[in-house]
Amino acid sequence: MTKTEVRKKRRQRLTRDDIVFNTFNYILIFFFVAVTLYPLIYVVSASISEPTKVNSGQMWLWPVGFTTVGYEKVFRDPDIWLGYRNTIFYTVAGTLLNLAFTLPCAYALTKKTLPFKSLINFVILFTMFFSGGLIPLYMLVNNMGLMDTIWAVLLPTAVSAYNVIITRTFMDTSIPDGLEEAAEIDGCSPFGVFFRIVLPLSSPIIAVMALFYGVGHWNSYFNEMIFLSDRAKIPLQVVLRELIIITQMNTDNSVINNTEAKTAAEMQQLAGVIKYSVMIVSTLPIIVVYPFLQRFFVKGVMIGSIKG
Amino acid sequence: MTNAKETVPKRSLSQRFVRSLKKHWQYYVLLLPALAYFIIFCYGPMYGAQIAFRNFNARDGITGSPWVGMAHFLRFFRSPNFTKLLGNTLTISLYSLIAGFPFPIILALSLNELKNQKFKKFAQTVTYAPYFISVVVMCGMLISFMSPSTGIINKAITALGFEAVPFLTKAEMFPSIYVWSGIWQGTGWGSVIYFAALSGVDPQLLEAATLDGATRWQKIWYINLPTLMPTIVIMLIMNCGNLLSVGYEKTYLLQNSLNLATSEVISTYVYKVGLVSAQYSYSTAIGLFNSAVNMLMLILVNTFSRKVSENSLW
Repeated sequence: MTKTEVRKKRRQRLTRDDIVFNTFNYILIFFFVAVTLYPLIYVVSASISEPTKVNSGQMWLWPVGFTTVGYEKVFRDPDIWLGYRNTIFYTVAGTLLNLAFTLPCAYALTKKTLPFKSLINFVILFTMFFSGGLIPLYMLVNNMGLMDTIWAVLLPTAVSAYNVIITRTFMDTSIPDGLEEAAEIDGCSPFGVFFRIVLPLSSPIIAVMALFYGVGHWNSYFNEMIFLSDRAKIPLQVVLRELIIITQMNTDNSVINNTEAKTAAEMQQLAGVIKYSVMIVSTLPIIVVYPFLQRFFVKGVMIGSIKG
Repeated sequence: MTNAKETVPKRSLSQRFVRSLKKHWQYYVLLLPALAYFIIFCYGPMYGAQIAFRNFNARDGITGSPWVGMAHFLRFFRSPNFTKLLGNTLTISLYSLIAGFPFPIILALSLNELKNQKFKKFAQTVTYAPYFISVVVMCGMLISFMSPSTGIINKAITALGFEAVPFLTKAEMFPSIYVWSGIWQGTGWGSVIYFAALSGVDPQLLEAATLDGATRWQKIWYINLPTLMPTIVIMLIMNCGNLLSVGYEKTYLLQNSLNLATSEVISTYVYKVGLVSAQYSYSTAIGLFNSAVNMLMLILVNTFSRKVSENSLW
């Protein structure tokens, strides 16, 4: 029987049971998709709709009226530009540091004959399940004199044990041992093997790690909030927190005060549209790259699940 | 004779060590940065956590401050906050586990049955997306949507003729807000791991079941779901190891003075006692209690699971 014949036969056998099942399944998936999508569409629509229509509930899915006033205010706010710049720096520098620490470590751990390997493995794994806590970390950063420096942001998250394990698993399973052995016989040192053979063959996992770490840096706010007090160093998420969380009750914040809004009601209207705009602006880089990189993220989880 | 016997293995041992070091030193150099990180930034705080058993003061430092034993722990256990914090934390995490655990599995099984590849891709892209939204934006969305005066949820409620609900200032609503927003954000991403595991289903088994007249339901129930079982058990174990860790990041952002009765959890309390009111030792003790309980739960559940189901983390 050829493949097409098999397929034909299957199609013929689409029983009533199959039809019921498929219908139910599609309804279920549509439900998942709709529930996920609705809040996202709402935020996008609200950021470009007439504030009065949003606040009165007339805008409930697609934009009603059109205004870019929210975006204009956001782009005119110096804090947001500053935060943006800092976040880009933390994300790029932090991710490079993460890779420089994670990749060599993961490679060394693939060496089964390495003395003390299981001890080192344990030392790394244990950190996934136990930690000294927030205050001892705070004191450590303080004692090291890192407080209010960029290192307080970059160093405490320099390596994630989970990511080391994923990278190790990838290098273990996707790079043929024979290749490394051949290079060693030809006189290549472990450094040489790592830089000339393992790294070039690891580009998929490097992409995955860069994304995992990168998104982590982009979205992080808590460490930055407790370790940084210098306004010039704060990242976007900290600015966002001030803008969209702290001001939830009062409308008293710099972006809105700088506007022509006269009455309290007008200010509240404006505050709403600014919040939605700033959510979009801050998430935009992720929204733009996400659809293209989604498969890398998924790949990362799949590699992790092999030895999860 | 005896002399030679003793010296030969000795020399070869030290020789072996030197040779091994010569052969391996570059690997240790590769390991060094990450290892230094773990020792300084993970084990350093563990060492510093001894201040939980001391009355820390800056002058005497971590090792010099007077030893008080379990005093800070006892103070915490006896304080009226203890039961409240433990209750709030357990409520949120158990609620989260019970309500949230099945969704990723259902989504993965359902996605796996889709024959239309394009639609499958689309559904995956959409459902994974919320995971990448930052916690600050997520909480901003919640606050905006739930606003009693302008939020879309209350607009819908009042349009149906009911009274607006001040969700975020009603303490009894907090666990639900926390848990269901978490489900919205995490279901798609959580399904990836199950979806990956489903690629391990033996196609011959499915074929054989089809020939024997099994329905799609039966194939899911008797073939796909059992294939997922090891992954499900592992995920359950991991979740039990996090039973007392309701993260401060989201909780802290959604907290306000009116919902504090249910929204104050151990991690946010540690932050406030430690960094806001600077009671380092007391706060560290609470954090250490939290970590220790998590660790204990993980070991217990893992041991139990290894005996009962032969699935375990180690």
